[in-house]
Amino acid sequence: MSEIVIPYRTEPHPLTGVTSGKLGIWLFLASEVMLFGALFSSYVLLRVGAAEGTWPTGVEAGLNVPIGTFNTLVLITSSITMVMSWASLKMGNPGAFKRYMGATIALGMLFLVVKGFEYSGKFHHGIFPATGWPGASDPSTFYGFYFTITGLHALHVFLGILVNIWLLVWGLALYKTEPERFAGRVEISGLYWHFVDLVWIFLFPLLYLL
Amino acid sequence: MSESHAKLGFLRSYVFSTDHKVIGIQYGITALLFLFFGLCLMMMMRWQLAYPGEAIPIIGGLLGETLVDDGAMLPSFYNSLGAMHGTIMVFMGIVPLAVGAFGNYIVPLQIGAPDMAFPRLNMASYQAFVIGGLVMLSSFFLPGGAASSGWTSYAPLSVTATTGQTFWLIGMIFLIASSLLGAINFIVTIIHLRAEGLTFFRLPFFIWSQLVTAFLLLLAFPPLQVAAIFQLMDRLADTSFFMPTGLVSGGDPVAAVGGGSPLLWQHLFWFLAHPEVYVLILPGMGIVAEVIANNSRKPLWGYRPMVYSLLFLGFMSFCVWAHHMYMTGMGTTMSTFFQITTMIISIPSVIILTCLVISLWGASIRFPVPMLFALAFLPMFGIGGLTGLPLGLAAPDAHFHDTYYVIGHFHYVVAPGTIFAMFAGIYHWYPKVTGRQMNVPLGKLHFWLSFVFMNGIFMPMMFEGMAGVSRRLFDPTVYEIGAAVHGLTTMSSWSAWLLALSQIPFIINFFMSMRKKERAEENPWQATTLEWATSTPPPHGNFVEPPVVYSGPYEYSVPGASSDFSPQFIKQES
Amino acid sequence: MNDPQYGWWLPPDVSVHGADIDFMINAIHWFMLALFIFWGGFIVYCLIRFRARPGHVAIYRDIEAKWNRWLEIGVAVAETVVLVVFAMPVWAKIKDDLPLAPEQDAMVVRVVAEQFKWLFHYPGRDGTFGKTGPEFYADDNPAGLDFDDEAGWDDITVRGFHFPVDRPVIARLTAKDVIHSFKIPVMRITQDVVPGMEITIWFQAKETGRFQVGCAQLCGLGHYEMKANLVIESKEDFQKWLDEEHEALGLDE
Repeated sequence: MSEIVIPYRTEPHPLTGVTSGKLGIWLFLASEVMLFGALFSSYVLLRVGAAEGTWPTGVEAGLNVPIGTFNTLVLITSSITMVMSWASLKMGNPGAFKRYMGATIALGMLFLVVKGFEYSGKFHHGIFPATGWPGASDPSTFYGFYFTITGLHALHVFLGILVNIWLLVWGLALYKTEPERFAGRVEISGLYWHFVDLVWIFLFPLLYLL
Repeated sequence: MSESHAKLGFLRSYVFSTDHKVIGIQYGITALLFLFFGLCLMMMMRWQLAYPGEAIPIIGGLLGETLVDDGAMLPSFYNSLGAMHGTIMVFMGIVPLAVGAFGNYIVPLQIGAPDMAFPRLNMASYQAFVIGGLVMLSSFFLPGGAASSGWTSYAPLSVTATTGQTFWLIGMIFLIASSLLGAINFIVTIIHLRAEGLTFFRLPFFIWSQLVTAFLLLLAFPPLQVAAIFQLMDRLADTSFFMPTGLVSGGDPVAAVGGGSPLLWQHLFWFLAHPEVYVLILPGMGIVAEVIANNSRKPLWGYRPMVYSLLFLGFMSFCVWAHHMYMTGMGTTMSTFFQITTMIISIPSVIILTCLVISLWGASIRFPVPMLFALAFLPMFGIGGLTGLPLGLAAPDAHFHDTYYVIGHFHYVVAPGTIFAMFAGIYHWYPKVTGRQMNVPLGKLHFWLSFVFMNGIFMPMMFEGMAGVSRRLFDPTVYEIGAAVHGLTTMSSWSAWLLALSQIPFIINFFMSMRKKERAEENPWQATTLEWATSTPPPHGNFVEPPVVYSGPYEYSVPGASSDFSPQFIKQES
Repeated sequence: MNDPQYGWWLPPDVSVHGADIDFMINAIHWFMLALFIFWGGFIVYCLIRFRARPGHVAIYRDIEAKWNRWLEIGVAVAETVVLVVFAMPVWAKIKDDLPLAPEQDAMVVRVVAEQFKWLFHYPGRDGTFGKTGPEFYADDNPAGLDFDDEAGWDDITVRGFHFPVDRPVIARLTAKDVIHSFKIPVMRITQDVVPGMEITIWFQAKETGRFQVGCAQLCGLGHYEMKANLVIESKEDFQKWLDEEHEALGLDE
């Protein structure tokens, strides 16, 4: 059924200079910018419009800045290993690809594990999405935002990890027959991964530091 | 190529196909079914509006006691019908038909491509659409009924509503995902897979309209995705994104911390929903442009201004959303900004409509059934667009806000506007898909009846709104004004039922014509665009040889040519 | 006070700012009609004159329609004029010119919307509203008055809306549960009432009469019957009504 050949799967289009897959992922990331942009804008709108003292800073809300910083470094490092895994493929070194991709996956999982610790710590202290801050009078829905935004981001990390696992374990078979096409797939996954990292780089100061 | 196609079983060929033509037909049939279902919901509502408190004939006896009281509609059912009619028509009817069906089937053919850029993603889009649609429909069977807070789902009402609203939100998440995946596919296909020689300004206007529509879907839907997630959190996890402090419900305090804003929902919702209305109209305009050019046997007048207007319109559509919110207590600065952008955005619409109208000057006009619908589109969309003017200005809107004038305005654009364009497209491309022509007398009957009754429904609404009758009222006669103009309500209802009956000739025609023995010619409309360069129905992979394009899309009546049309895929000897 | 005549066009206008709004509505509709007749006539003319017939060939070259450019410019100019000369100033007047100066002698009233009734809260003879809060809502205290605050003891809370003619009214609107919308067609007023916000509007009637207040934002099952009686009366009649309500409170016993 897929006997039809669809052009620009592996060779770049003269107008855009990229393959169809790469153009596709850039468009997807544009929509993701709108998604996270709406999340950030909503946070800003509610926080700026709220009365004095009703919205906490991250520290006041009990967010742990050192842990957040550690997680930020974890993700940044994973972006570096992601690029290295792609570069290894381009240089014809599938062994290095496997090591770097494995590292990317491991670091992604580490991010989620740390996040899990953060969440369970909150739950332990009786802080849930529905909990108001500071207390009964004039509360804000800061925790609602915190859990929803970081939760959505974590979901994106998780899905990225799944794609990377697929590339490492099952996708690698394509490298033997069509190395360029496989490298393209890794590059596309890498673009998504960098975006997820970038979102966190904005999220972390917004929630933890401000 | 056909051998490998034959090897696929029934499921892979017709259910889980990645061929854009099959997916287009799947979208088309599903969307038409949903449109019909949405129409049925409205017909029930129109009974209650015309004869408040009276038992619904036939159906009243069949519905359960959560929906009707002794056969007469209950307010809860009325509100559900209203919310679901809007949701189904917009998200499960028009967009899947205009973009999923027409877009999927025609776009790759019209640009000379073998398929969409991502065939499997295409299949996934359709499947997400079906899942979303089924979730929406299943909500009717919940104990609390389907969603009932309007298609606009304003908080806090929607947050405290019954479980049907949760299903609405989940259904929306799937429908939005379907549109996002589809949008990516359309944009990459149109940019990358055009045939050799098919430069951007040789593209049929229909392709431009699908391209801009895809960008609107891609960039405008995510904020609603966010809003839906926020509302789910408010409903299920007791957060307060949209819940202000101190709310009570039925006398008891609501279990939410507060600190949220109901207006945040409105901003996020309308940020999508305004571009969404351009999603609803642009593919229709594209189809009308194709049909008018073809049946006036001359190039479209002002093709370039039309394209630039389309691009400008797409951009501006992101800048006008708060004109739906003039009455929320917004200050003069913000309302001034949005009034200005709203007035500005009317200009490209006027340009596109005017160019289509001027295209008739100096033409040689034929009147097959698709052309009747395309021509009727012009004044009907004109009325819809013009009635947007008093709504787009805040001061007159103080009178018209949330009245039947608004309902009349947007229905004129979408019903005798977009839906007529969809009919034009069906009659026009039917021979391409099936190889047969639809019956002409039945088509003309369908057209004239629909035209009369569409106006019969929506013109009275303009006057009802002028008089001051509010919308979403289970019984408008409760108010003096509603009682005084109740004759208009009854007229709309009867026109609606007669409009539904008027679709019978179409349904018969649609199914009967498929089985005709007599096949249509390869290019029965003597058209110039690429979809007519291949056989009917097109084979898997669309073109035996990749086509090459030599000229613009509307080379009709070229002086000195041997016939009155010069297809863009045939090199003309000069 | 006759029964108002409601017909197919605008309802009677008893407000002071309604004339501006009605002028814009009517002018815009004349403009719309003119455009529709012009366009529609042009279309019909083309359909007849340029219909396909033996020997008739379409013109391939684009016509040089300078008048179309003038049409576009004309539409843009007309819209700009409507916007700058009429719409924006009228809207600014409605929104910003709150009659707060003491010599304007505005009557202040709180309007509280709930599912599915309106409540009109007058400050009483002391001219001061009592403190209110959601924690005090009860069936016999729909306004949520805190009766520890003496200022609230003489407040009048009723389900029908009375106000005097020829005197500005400042209404402070809020909702208890969901978004409602305060609509009085004959006063050309619509104002969404949003929980968590108090929105202030002003209006002034120039004629007396009995009308209705309606809800213009879907608020649930009883949305369709969320109406209130509206009585616009002379200053004397209004004072008489206030006195009757004050009596009914039974404060002087």
